[in-house]
Amino acid sequence: MGFLLAIIAAIFFPGIILRVKSTASGRKGPGILQPWKNIRVLLRKGSVISTTTSYISRIAPVIYLSTILCALLLLPFPGVPPIIAFEGDFVLFAYMLALGKFLFMLGAIDSGNSFGGMGANRKSLFSMLAEPAFFILFGSMALLTGYTSMQQIVESIQLVGYNSFIIGALAAYVLIQIAIVETSRLPVDDPNTRNATTMVDGVMILDFSGFDLALIQIGTLLRLAMYGVLVANFLIPAGWPVLTRIALFIGVQIAFASMIGLIESFRARKKLSKNPQFIISLNVLALVAFVLVLLINFKMIGK
Amino acid sequence: MTFLVTFILICITGVLIIPFLKVKMKGIIVLAAIVMNALISGYLAVQSLTGQMISYSIPGSAITGMIPIRIDALSGWFILIINFVFISGGWYGLFYMNAYKEKRGKISLHAIAVLLLHAAIVSLTAIQNSIAFLVAWEVMMFSAFIAVTFEHEKEVTLKAGINYLIQSHICVVLMVTGFLWVSNKTGSYDFQAITAFSSSQAGSGALFLFMIFFIGFAFKAGFVPFHTWLPYAHPAAPAHISGIMSGILIKCGIYGILRMILLIKADYTAIGYIILTFSVISGLYGVMLAIVQHDLKKLLAYHSVENIGIIGMGIGIGCIGLGTGNLVIASLGFAGALLHTLNHALFKSLLFYTAGMVYQATHTLNIEHLGGLIKKMPQTALLFLIAAVAISGIPPFNGFISEFIIYTGLYQWLQNASLSSLIFILFLILGLVLIGGLALLCFTKAFGIVFLGNPRQELHHEVKEGPFLQLLPLYVIAFFILIIGLVPQLFIKMLEGPVSLFTDRLGVTNAQFPVEAFAALTPISIAVWGFILLALIIFSIRKWVLNHRKIAIGTTWGCGYMSPTAKLQYTAGSFVRSYVKLNKPTLLFFKHEKEMIGLFPGESHYESHAYDKLEKWLIDKPIKVFKSFLKRFLFLQNGSLQYYILYGVLYIIGVIFIPMIFDTISLFIDFLKRL
Repeated sequence: MGFLLAIIAAIFFPGIILRVKSTASGRKGPGILQPWKNIRVLLRKGSVISTTTSYISRIAPVIYLSTILCALLLLPFPGVPPIIAFEGDFVLFAYMLALGKFLFMLGAIDSGNSFGGMGANRKSLFSMLAEPAFFILFGSMALLTGYTSMQQIVESIQLVGYNSFIIGALAAYVLIQIAIVETSRLPVDDPNTRNATTMVDGVMILDFSGFDLALIQIGTLLRLAMYGVLVANFLIPAGWPVLTRIALFIGVQIAFASMIGLIESFRARKKLSKNPQFIISLNVLALVAFVLVLLINFKMIGK
Repeated sequence: MTFLVTFILICITGVLIIPFLKVKMKGIIVLAAIVMNALISGYLAVQSLTGQMISYSIPGSAITGMIPIRIDALSGWFILIINFVFISGGWYGLFYMNAYKEKRGKISLHAIAVLLLHAAIVSLTAIQNSIAFLVAWEVMMFSAFIAVTFEHEKEVTLKAGINYLIQSHICVVLMVTGFLWVSNKTGSYDFQAITAFSSSQAGSGALFLFMIFFIGFAFKAGFVPFHTWLPYAHPAAPAHISGIMSGILIKCGIYGILRMILLIKADYTAIGYIILTFSVISGLYGVMLAIVQHDLKKLLAYHSVENIGIIGMGIGIGCIGLGTGNLVIASLGFAGALLHTLNHALFKSLLFYTAGMVYQATHTLNIEHLGGLIKKMPQTALLFLIAAVAISGIPPFNGFISEFIIYTGLYQWLQNASLSSLIFILFLILGLVLIGGLALLCFTKAFGIVFLGNPRQELHHEVKEGPFLQLLPLYVIAFFILIIGLVPQLFIKMLEGPVSLFTDRLGVTNAQFPVEAFAALTPISIAVWGFILLALIIFSIRKWVLNHRKIAIGTTWGCGYMSPTAKLQYTAGSFVRSYVKLNKPTLLFFKHEKEMIGLFPGESHYESHAYDKLEKWLIDKPIKVFKSFLKRFLFLQNGSLQYYILYGVLYIIGVIFIPMIFDTISLFIDFLKRL
């Protein structure tokens, strides 16, 4: 179910962001499916392959996309178990994505120009800093619910008590920020800038073209939607009927997309050297969630 | 018994005949001897892993007493790892040493050293008598020293070797102290006396004994802050020895610590906290320094420190499990540690061997001078990539499996912990995650700069792939790296024996190996197979589609420049620049630069290198102080023979007269007393 929802979300999500951005800037804007139409064009195009590149560039987009698809298989949705779920699956989830990132970065360096190295170095630094937030968050969830499987965590988080909504909201917020860092959107990275020296993801794809570029873009869209599903899972009470939850899910996705769209319309990109600070503050938020869990579990007064 | 005799006879004949053989035969004979010894010890090891404890007893001398040889499951596990790395390393070394074949004498010495090193390490895991253990330890250390200083005409190599030798002997001093303390109280050199002694001691005494051994073995294993010899010794050695050192030699320290946990009955919770603290610091510090290294082998050496930290974390969690009486946590911790020991031996030796291939092809290990090697050496690059993914703890390879088990242990502990330990666990999780992220950054740099892009410097000779036979052991290692990643359940089964040795300490009757704690490994392998299937499907679609498309070949887009120079590429230094800036307080980073100024800039240069802050404070400063103290006695060493003869005479007089004077005084005191 999580897999299907993520795919559906991925189809409409980027279009909504675009729409919100164009409305905010007073334009009419393209159709909701425009990003996928762009990808369709790319899929039909031929490729230009640099003489500098090696087999790394050929396999990098393939592996990038397959790691994301594989991570989607682990995606939870209360009531309908994912295809693969086990104790500690969020570790596999995070490390699977790391494999994709690793190959993507190598593919960027493979092009042999300075841009690839530029993007890869930022990407590796930022994701290295953002990773602890994800693990602390799920650590606190494990402490709260007593489970370490994502499916069981989202199923039982509301059972803990009324307070769990605060934690759910906080977790959702941290996940949104992680999503922004990982998919390189504002304020960490500006996907629309034309200045290569200030980009993260944008400079890494410079030497990919045609089918390969399409694979990477599909991957990135899926990735954003995947975080969207995770966020929704923390916000929607698990006990409600499935149809209501799906309706709510759509609502959450639209809200998430419009939020990203609004941020991108009204905010400027951070200075690159300020980004680490911003990402470390995410970890602090995750720590706040941890302390909250401690308070709720009454472990504060000895055990 | 016949096994032991054959084992020793093979060593002796090997050592005796090697000097008389032709250069090519020397290597083959050493390899053959190692294989034979490996077969013997491997046979016993497999038996011990299936639950049979093998014990012999050799009548030693009057000093040592009986020398018991006991091979339990723990020894068995280590023996199998040792044998595998030595055989693959020996095979690889045969070809690596081809470049030095005119140096006959040196090769003989080297061959003997390798043979003895293998025999000594294997026997270390089986001998359970302190004195015999120390003898084997010394043999191991000296043969390792000789093997490391193969290129002893280079000053750096010799210095690194001597540094290693001295620091290893500090470890011996500590071990001797511990062993003597025990034998003094119990009158026996058998390892079992340690158990008897520690259970008779009150808590703090046993803990102190453990600490003596732990610090001793920590020198060998390379825990921070006892790691400073490691980044010198590994790069100095020939590639196969670096692989063996990093894969096996430092694991002797791990073996020692594990053995002492089995032997010493102390407060396991306290031990666990101590080990965990050392480990998480080692892990983080190792990888943090690895990132800023520009010498490929030195970078890998710092990664050994990191991985020892990860293994240590497993051991620490296991001890906590023992201390709190939790079977699941204990099994997860020790299983993670033991599996990571194997995993690290595999991928680290593979990394060092591929680094050796790079060195032989390009004659440099400076990352900044390399680049674009993937086109000349595609197979080496692929093998390095596999090992790099594995060491970063990323699926689908083996590193992920052991790190996952350690994570599971941590999260299990998290759910059963008290408030004060929760904070500690949080730091451990943070540490482990950061180690993973930093390792990823480091290997993006290492692989990206060395193998991808364009060559950064022109090399004056042809760069080409090594012969297939040399690559063969590397493929075998890569195969095992993949297999552990794909079917981890097989290897967990093999760990049942060694892990239950530890969990037996819990005193729980009928403590079964908690198979359900490792249940997650089955879905993991399904997910990993699924991933591989997905990747293959997408790749074949890509291939099919691209066959129907127009593919143009062009140069890399250079922002308008038509033929950019290779200097425009990111360098290793620039790749980690933002990391260095972020991490200023913990690093010692030196820059020498002369900037370009004016319209017609003259000569300019930029140079940077990193140094170990702990080494500066813990090794360099004390040595400086010690040296300046000793300088005051420099007048004694004045170079004239007459003085030296005088010292000799004074010494002899002292030796003869001091006891006499002592006697006289005691006679005098006796006399006074009688008055």
